[in-house]
Amino acid sequence: MSNLRKIVIDGNEIEVDGALTLIQACEEAGIEIPRFCYHERLSIAGNCRMCLGDGVGGPPKPAASCAMQVKDLRPGPEGQPPAVKTNSPMVKKAREGVMEFLLINHPLDCPICDQGGECDLQDQAMAYGVDFSRFQEAKRSMDEIHLGPLIKTHMTRCIQCTRCVRFATEIAGVPEMGCTGRGEDAEIISYLNQALTSELQGNVIDLCPVGALTSRPYAFTARPWELTKTESIDVMDALGANIRIDTRGRAVMRFLPRENADVNEEWISDKTRFVWDGLSRQRLDKPYLRGLDGKLKPVSWEVALEAAADQFSRYSGDEIAALAGDLPSAEAMFALKELMLKLGSKNFDCRQDGAKLPPSNPNAWIFNATVAGIEEADAILLVGTNPRTESPVLNARIRKAWLAGTEVAMIGEAADLTYEYKHFGTGPRTLAEPPSEMLELLKNASRPMIIVGQGALAREDGAAVLGHAMALAEDVGAVSDEWVGFSVLHTAAARVGGMEVGFVPYHEDSDDDFGGIADAPTGRDVAGVLDGVEAGEVKLVYLLGADEIDMSRLKKAFVFYQGSHGDAGAHSADLILPGAAYTEEAGLFLNTEGRPQLTNAAILPPGDAKENWAIIRALSAHVTVGATDDRATLPYDSLSQLRARLFEYRPWIASSIGAVVAKSWAAEPKGEVTDAPFMSPIKDFYLTNPIARASEVMAELSRQAAERSAPIAAE
Amino acid sequence: MSTRRLAQRQPESFTFSPDNLAWAQGQIGKFPEGRQASAVIPLLWRAQEQEGWLSRPAIEEVAKMLDMPFIRALEVATFYFMFKLSPVGSVAHIELCGTTPCMLCGSEALVEVAKRKINTKPFELSPDGKFSWEEVECLGACSNAPMIQIGSDYFEDLTPESFEALLEALARGEQPTPGPQNGRFASEPLGGLTSLTEGEKKHAANASVELASGAAEAPRAISGGAPGFEKRG
Repeated sequence: MSNLRKIVIDGNEIEVDGALTLIQACEEAGIEIPRFCYHERLSIAGNCRMCLGDGVGGPPKPAASCAMQVKDLRPGPEGQPPAVKTNSPMVKKAREGVMEFLLINHPLDCPICDQGGECDLQDQAMAYGVDFSRFQEAKRSMDEIHLGPLIKTHMTRCIQCTRCVRFATEIAGVPEMGCTGRGEDAEIISYLNQALTSELQGNVIDLCPVGALTSRPYAFTARPWELTKTESIDVMDALGANIRIDTRGRAVMRFLPRENADVNEEWISDKTRFVWDGLSRQRLDKPYLRGLDGKLKPVSWEVALEAAADQFSRYSGDEIAALAGDLPSAEAMFALKELMLKLGSKNFDCRQDGAKLPPSNPNAWIFNATVAGIEEADAILLVGTNPRTESPVLNARIRKAWLAGTEVAMIGEAADLTYEYKHFGTGPRTLAEPPSEMLELLKNASRPMIIVGQGALAREDGAAVLGHAMALAEDVGAVSDEWVGFSVLHTAAARVGGMEVGFVPYHEDSDDDFGGIADAPTGRDVAGVLDGVEAGEVKLVYLLGADEIDMSRLKKAFVFYQGSHGDAGAHSADLILPGAAYTEEAGLFLNTEGRPQLTNAAILPPGDAKENWAIIRALSAHVTVGATDDRATLPYDSLSQLRARLFEYRPWIASSIGAVVAKSWAAEPKGEVTDAPFMSPIKDFYLTNPIARASEVMAELSRQAAERSAPIAAE
Repeated sequence: MSTRRLAQRQPESFTFSPDNLAWAQGQIGKFPEGRQASAVIPLLWRAQEQEGWLSRPAIEEVAKMLDMPFIRALEVATFYFMFKLSPVGSVAHIELCGTTPCMLCGSEALVEVAKRKINTKPFELSPDGKFSWEEVECLGACSNAPMIQIGSDYFEDLTPESFEALLEALARGEQPTPGPQNGRFASEPLGGLTSLTEGEKKHAANASVELASGAAEAPRAISGGAPGFEKRG
């Protein structure tokens, strides 16, 4: 039976699902109902009363349209569809009354309030507010609460919509906020006035419809109308959350989420949201060259590029290697790969954590089931991953599925994931010889899902673990035509992009420009490069934003570092080529699902720093190939030409920006596994990349998280 | 009315007495699996009966027993005014009705007595720590106004003098008889019955007073599980 019901809204008849609430039905009809407490991703509270509507023929009083379902409306006397008015005099009067009550205790401090200009209460007071107050008594005042270094509170402005309480409880899974007291004394507090312990807490700033919860790092720095908004993609984790970069002049002022139901819904993690102070610290803004005295000295681009070309000309292809880090765009890696191939080197790798990802088999290293698919899964097995630290927003998706009844099991390090799970083991042995209870759980599910983290793959027996996980997926029926439940969760935004553009030492020689991906390595991977440097076989290492490798092993080589921040890589480099950060250049990133998304430049790079692809292109024009005088000039002069060439190499990307393309299934061979337990690759959620490590806010959060997890000292 | 907060000074820990614990388990058992949080009000109430007030350890203990976040139990405890969040007098916490009928019959004079004999401020202990008081909303004994409640006992038809005498008796450790304090049986006219005057008088006191007098733990029946408590509970 169809659940569609007819309903007349302001005289227009539409047909909607009977289970929709009136506020949703009105949205379908194109009418926006004012609201404070209602939020489509949170449970319904119905306590602000701003969304009152007038049900014709129903009870002679206004009804809260966020809490009234279409199917509960009374039809007309002759069976006509129920009618609702959203603009009748009664509705207007009711909403004005509600607004007057809300404003009774709300301070008139809009000129000094950070929410000013993007405040729901301010906007709606323009529509329903009156320009005087009948309230003669003293306004209520509130004690401030302390919510930590991210959220600034002004509780007198609070209208008790409880969105923050519901977010913390339902989405973030940290039931630490509540609404205590009653009536005039109702107040929003955190338990014992403690800071929240969620990695998603910044979202309550967006949710707060007034200025009660505002961003502390952003406090009093800008007004929303003076900001330039640029839509972009986040690179702090491999989810590729959609963000908006707000800038003023040459400074990033803040990050906000953009809605994308397939990726991040409308949440972003605290690292994504608050990392911007890292963008202006520790920046590499000039090329540097290590002089004869062993000290890095600033030089001009001309000198730096000549020095680089000079170094390249000294060594043969086999002696040159390139490693890409976690943040470069696909274009930069593609350009560097082409340069390396021109110079006769196949020693380049984007897997700086050493994950055993088979380049020729894409479905073995992407999140096949898609992030939205998590909600369709009815049993999820986590293998060697802690999604709460590897991708908090994705973890919230798993929690959402768990709340809806999905069973979660895990093999790996036990951790608080904000939901319950069955813990079956800590190492790959459990995967190779699955306990029957785990098999039953997955086999009984119609859409089982296996999420494999980098903690399971970035290890000696990673390839074998991958094979066992894929075999398990086949065994429990997680692989079929319409559902592939085998999914790999990455930790680095650049990883899938690097794999997809072939920044891996697996290159067949071929006559065409690009060459195919070989089944076996043809060059050195990360470990091979490090060993090669120590053995004196690799003499020049080009680090493209690679900071997470053991720099002490690169001492014998001449090291280039191209990147945005002075971190481990830059400290050990002999030549520094300052590049743009992700907010400063347009780039292509493939998220963990293999979903191509484009970032946009919001500001210019600082100082002499240049876009990463342009540095590689400029360098290529200085470098000679082998002993000849031929230049290795790359065949593009603009980013669009580079992209065109990249799309020639990977045509599917061009046609599916923002979409996921399913890969054909092929399992990897099993192998011998060890007994070593899986360890999460993320030791400190707040300090995973050079930008985050340069941020004071992240350092403070990291310190607090360490304090929380440390055992309490005896007093 | 003011914002309700946890008290500044908190005890180290809270545990239910064995009898109360058994009772609490019984309450939890009334609800289906996964709905244990429904028992939060009975458990908080019993914790308050045991200690006289709700401390943070008590709220947390109840929340743990019901597998609910601490903040959810705190929300309940702060919502209802009958949950006391600060320590009360060791002998009695006086809940003094101040709603219209009691006020018209002189409850304001009782408040003056409370301020003088106990503490000028409600919710604060008397110097000897034996008493505390607060003004509450209507307790439904308007025909015997003005009145106070101690634990579950009503002391009705009070005057400032009888209220003061009552406090003194309690301070001496006596157990005053609850009910009307002016000699009335129940809520009959002050000048005596005008109808139904025939018949034999079988009871010395009205039913609720008899029930209270039979209890072992008047006036602050709080330790739970004692004989007489269940039937009053």
